[in-house]
Amino acid sequence: MNSLNMTTPLGKWLLLTLALFSLVTASPAHAGDLDLLNKHNCSSCHALTGPAPSTLAALWQRKGPDLFYAGNKYRQEWLETWLQNPKRIRPAGMFYMNHIKPGPKRNMVDTSSLSQHLQLNSSDAKSIAATLATLKENRSLIQNEKHDPKLSPGPLGEMMFDKIYGCMACHQIEPGFGGLSGPEVYTAGTRLKAEFMLSYIRSPQAWDTKVWMPNAHLPDNNIQKLVNYMINLSKKSYNE
Amino acid sequence: MNNCCFIIILIMTSLLQISSASAESAKDNYRTYCMQCHGMAGQGMGLNIQDMSVQPRDHTDTKAMSTRTDSELFKVIKEGGLAISKSSLMPPWADTLTDNEIDDLVKHLRKLCQCDNQTK
Repeated sequence: MNSLNMTTPLGKWLLLTLALFSLVTASPAHAGDLDLLNKHNCSSCHALTGPAPSTLAALWQRKGPDLFYAGNKYRQEWLETWLQNPKRIRPAGMFYMNHIKPGPKRNMVDTSSLSQHLQLNSSDAKSIAATLATLKENRSLIQNEKHDPKLSPGPLGEMMFDKIYGCMACHQIEPGFGGLSGPEVYTAGTRLKAEFMLSYIRSPQAWDTKVWMPNAHLPDNNIQKLVNYMINLSKKSYNE
Repeated sequence: MNNCCFIIILIMTSLLQISSASAESAKDNYRTYCMQCHGMAGQGMGLNIQDMSVQPRDHTDTKAMSTRTDSELFKVIKEGGLAISKSSLMPPWADTLTDNEIDDLVKHLRKLCQCDNQTK
């Protein structure tokens, strides 16, 4: 084969193709002022650029939730409040296997392995919440989601969550009741945007390829009902 | 090496990296997806079981696991407990695991139970 001259039209086309391919496979950049995030070393535990871990080895090393789509996931007012008074959302940490130990009746959370989230002052919390709100990768996953607050599950909500779809196997629906390997859901309604919840339940893997939450292939109406059930849970007050 | 060959090798390497990302061992998949309920030792004593109405299967229970065929185990992993008239607390993993990975998990379960049932 003759050597390809990169100054020829074919050579330029190949170079352009390669450049585009590299852009597609590389971590996408994002907008927003990240100075304050850097000051607080947020990236030591959180991914501020995508994509999500594509291997189990990478998944196991993740210390905190990915934030590169924080603006599509979290309610900004919740972020601002939580950063000033952070409370654990995942009872067994980010990857549960890194924080459990054998127990007499079942595996238990090894609380000594868990660390507290940094607590911020109100000014920094407000600025960081505003910056996180600009991180909006995966926008295509939520742009077609339409939350319908009228699709109430009524008294069947808990039955759907606990029995029909088995979500409580991994999630707590009130403090001290439910599974521990996933995030608590009784605060999800104040923490998360409804469109994100809809999209995430529809396909957890679309957001987080290797995550240990399965796709139960729920019909849209029931996804709406589960989201409204969780929003209702968040309106209750809990003694923790 | 000429430029053309270099570019082709670069593209092939990138494609290989992408395709290899989805292949995981049964041991690692079991650790990530199964242990949360079936436990670190596979004995059904997982982190999540306290409030479950139906307890997860003990994968080291030779007698109980012998009653399940390989195809039943494949089906329950892929489609969930309801697919074999068992609890909905066992979810479907079809979107998480490939068929090959589920096949490997079935073999892994047979090692845990030290049992066999090849009936199709």
